Amino acid sequence: MSRYTAITDADLDAMLEAIGVASTQELFDRQIPQAVRLGRPLALPDGRGEQEVYEHLRELASRNTSAEDELSFLGAGMYDHYVPALIDMLTERSEFLTPYTPYQPEISQGGLQVMFEYQTAISELTALPVANASVYEGPSAVAAAGYLAKLHNSRRRFVVSAGLHPHSIETLRTYAHGYGMEVVEVPLREGVTDPGAWAQAIDADTSAAIFAQPNVYGAVEDAAALSEATKAVGNPVVIAQVDPITLGILAPPGECGVDVAVGEGQPLGNRLDFGGPSFGFFAAREEYLRRMPGRIAGETTDVDGRRGFVLTLQTREQHIRREKATSNICTAQALNALGGVVYLTWLGRRGIVELGELLLARTHYARETLSALDGIEPLHSQPVIREFAVRLDANVAAVKRRCAAEGVNPGVDLQKLTGREEDRGGLLVAITEQRSRADIDRLVDVLGAAVAAEREMVLA
Amino acid sequence: MTPVTDLELPLQRERARTIFQKGAPGRRAFLCPELDVPRIGSDELLPERFRRGEPPRLSEVSEPEIVRHYVGLSKRNFDLDSGFYPLGSCTMKHNPRLHERAAALPGHSRLHPLQDPERAQGALELMWNLQEALTEISGLPHVSLQPSAGSHGELAGVLLTRAFHEDRREGGRVPNKVLTPDTAHGTNPATVTMAGLEVVKVATDEHGGVDIEDLRAKADADVACLMLTNPNTLGLFDPNIVEIAEIVHGVGATLYYDGANLNAVMGLSRPGDMGFDIVHFNLHKSFTQPHGGGGPGSGPIAVSDRVAPFLPVPTVSRGENGSFDLDYGRGQVGSKSIGRLRGFQGNYGCFVRAYAYICSLGGDGLKDASETAVLNANYLLARLKEAGVAEYLPLAYGELCMHEFVLSGGPMKKELKIKTLDLAKRLLDFGFHPPTVYFPLLVEEALMVEPTETETRETLDAFAEAIAQILREAATDGPEVAQNAPYTTPVRRLDEVAAAKHPLIRQVL
Amino acid sequence: MADASYPDELLYHPEHDWARIDPDDPALATFGITWYAQDALGEVVFFEAPEVGATLTRGEPYAEVESVKAVSDVVAPLSGEIVEVNDALESDPAPINEDPYGEGWLVKVRMSDPAEHETLMDAASYTATLAG
Repeated sequence: MSRYTAITDADLDAMLEAIGVASTQELFDRQIPQAVRLGRPLALPDGRGEQEVYEHLRELASRNTSAEDELSFLGAGMYDHYVPALIDMLTERSEFLTPYTPYQPEISQGGLQVMFEYQTAISELTALPVANASVYEGPSAVAAAGYLAKLHNSRRRFVVSAGLHPHSIETLRTYAHGYGMEVVEVPLREGVTDPGAWAQAIDADTSAAIFAQPNVYGAVEDAAALSEATKAVGNPVVIAQVDPITLGILAPPGECGVDVAVGEGQPLGNRLDFGGPSFGFFAAREEYLRRMPGRIAGETTDVDGRRGFVLTLQTREQHIRREKATSNICTAQALNALGGVVYLTWLGRRGIVELGELLLARTHYARETLSALDGIEPLHSQPVIREFAVRLDANVAAVKRRCAAEGVNPGVDLQKLTGREEDRGGLLVAITEQRSRADIDRLVDVLGAAVAAEREMVLA
Repeated sequence: MTPVTDLELPLQRERARTIFQKGAPGRRAFLCPELDVPRIGSDELLPERFRRGEPPRLSEVSEPEIVRHYVGLSKRNFDLDSGFYPLGSCTMKHNPRLHERAAALPGHSRLHPLQDPERAQGALELMWNLQEALTEISGLPHVSLQPSAGSHGELAGVLLTRAFHEDRREGGRVPNKVLTPDTAHGTNPATVTMAGLEVVKVATDEHGGVDIEDLRAKADADVACLMLTNPNTLGLFDPNIVEIAEIVHGVGATLYYDGANLNAVMGLSRPGDMGFDIVHFNLHKSFTQPHGGGGPGSGPIAVSDRVAPFLPVPTVSRGENGSFDLDYGRGQVGSKSIGRLRGFQGNYGCFVRAYAYICSLGGDGLKDASETAVLNANYLLARLKEAGVAEYLPLAYGELCMHEFVLSGGPMKKELKIKTLDLAKRLLDFGFHPPTVYFPLLVEEALMVEPTETETRETLDAFAEAIAQILREAATDGPEVAQNAPYTTPVRRLDEVAAAKHPLIRQVL
Repeated sequence: MADASYPDELLYHPEHDWARIDPDDPALATFGITWYAQDALGEVVFFEAPEVGATLTRGEPYAEVESVKAVSDVVAPLSGEIVEVNDALESDPAPINEDPYGEGWLVKVRMSDPAEHETLMDAASYTATLAG
């Protein structure tokens, strides 16, 4: 017996007799050739009791500086939003935590209805009529949307804005190499996608045109104009990666001519968890319904006329269409999507707007006050909603070290994130509702002092 | 047991209403923090033309309503904590709650993925230790924790194979065929197509393993890879694995291991020792990451030396002074990595849980888990070979099994006029989750059973008895009882045809 | 359609598709899927008609028929250009199951090489392949 198993000696005797073998070893001796038997114990530390394992995990946690331990302005795709306690309670419930995919719908109505509600919430948020039950996360959702475009129009290139998150661009490149598509990047101008270069890049062989809203530099793009520009030439599939938290106040992709909207769902009721697990959302126009990847829950009735839900359109998925599948995605991020829909329900119709306005005002305040300092200037002056970029007249890593000593993490080193030479000195600062005015004022003090100290050191 | 047909159970009486159909205008749960910064005219912050007109029509409900609604939904779900869940190939083993407690520690759960590595050493060490453990379990030295799920790991594997061949051929013709057995899980062919390669099926022989002659005939210079799981989806360990590896390597192709069935062989046989080049793990199967109703999962991969240069970035590296870092390989001259497969570094929350499990069990514990999984499966199989069951649900292939087995409902359908589907639905009335049905496609009316090692003998006996009872019921009372099952679930059989014909996938408002 | 049937006047392609040559115009043919195909698929939930004017090549897929459990390619038994499609099936594909040789017809094609019909099987030969 080991942890979590229950076979006693008495059980073992009875079981071996029923099977008709002399020992458990015989089951392996008869089925696995000696040549591939390991023949020695696994070279792993011995197993430990719960108390010791917990202590070990706690010790490891103590050597991480989390948002609990410092005043954090880190963003760039994942954000330290407040997760209400009822989400923890619901996602820990056995009935949501431990079942598998709802293959037997009669006993999975809870999970299926959650998917249905989640799909509704995402559809509302994006103003697009069809949404799936979630995909893994943001960047791979962009790659999946690209695959949908390829299946739809069989063309051969993707045009992407340089404002798309670098992880999305890189992931798209990895996937695109697999299914044989060219990826062309359009530069930014003054912080947003260069409209002239964008229009020029799109041609009759463009399968999809992809941009981010807001973009990775925090700037609000003119989504409607970007979409419009694609209609003139060849009508590629317009794909936008959007930040869901902003959709209370920002014009939604469905109203801006976007065909497929995807994004990182972490800001909606999910933890940071050092980058995962979270979920990606995926919504589209009606005509793409049968090409959507992933799971979809649909409404129907049972034999007695009761309203119920089932996984539907499964023929598109991996297990039936096999090599003609629209994707290979097997798992919906069901538990994370549950967190997402509960969060959106908790925010409610008014809350999501109020939250957006709060972030808008505080982000603007943060950008204004930081930019007023010497050695700090905004990277661009486009409208921002919850994140913005500044350029420091100092080495970003050195500045960050000084801030860390004061318990402040001022943001993401932009050049490290994008790898672009022109982003040298850049810092990406994210605001959530957990960063109050007092917190922002502290950031201004600490960052200002750090930059000043570095500049002085360099001059000296 | 007389099925209850004219008495509605409370859960059945309760009609489904979505959260969008509850609440009332003005109700709310969230209280927004106060606007504590200067209020500037809102147009200056965001031009009107970028603003949303009508807000999204989310619900307006109070917190108690939210709790009651979702707790109520949870009661319409069957789950592993509540009952036996023998889904073949899913490894529904117990999910220890210690893991939830550990994963919830703020040092893990509130850690931002872009935190500087010097201040995330605990996390990086955890990932490193997990990598080391997976190396030891698989017998392959290089691990990437990045892929998000089994199918994601498969995509990584196929892309790695492609990169490996492109690198070797250097502009010459690159092999583009991937061989998969006809018993393979559905994800495999879809993955191959997404990676721009072509699927070629390999036949299964009469013992349930790869047909060696068919493999020999199809293995040529055009073959990039053979994707296999061992034991396979019939629950059988392929005794010819060494020969298979030789044939595949002989034509310069890679051998890929789908780790869905790893639960049968931990500490007993290692894919690396069997000759595989690439292995993917499902942390949500053998390593107890809870299934969560379908996800999240995590699908790390381990590879051989020759495939290592192509691994996705970032990887976790360890410096000479013992500190850990994330290695992006970007800008490094000659980096052959296939690049990123997703944002950041992977599903860390899943790593914490899997690592806690490995720490709890240790090497001996993992081996014991696999031994017990195989013991439990063979015992349940033995019970189902008894009279009254075996003649209707014979074992499709072989005599013994590994951690799962596949029965065929063909004779049951012929003699008793009930299909595997009907048997599954009737099992719901007995409080069991049915096994996997109609997979693998190779077996007529397939029923794939995987009990796992965390079940007691009493549970296995009760399950075998339930199957026997359902068959007896069909034999004496006729097929209608099973054909119209289930009777006691919150909803009864649902019209899946209507759902596909007229898809309704959101609440109409 | 409850019972298997394979009308004698039709020609059959091994991948379970039939062709009816128009008695009044030997260059015009109607295509559909056989009883065997609809039975294997189960109840059809979706059929998206291809475009009028599209070119078909004998033996190549030109459309898909989708049921709850599978999607199947529909293969062109003969080459030609589509001149008419059965649009009614998009809103209600039931005729594909209920009347696969009548109301369940899929497309009408002007053949590019009428002699190709010699490559197809008659009802007897086709049903023989099903038995094997």
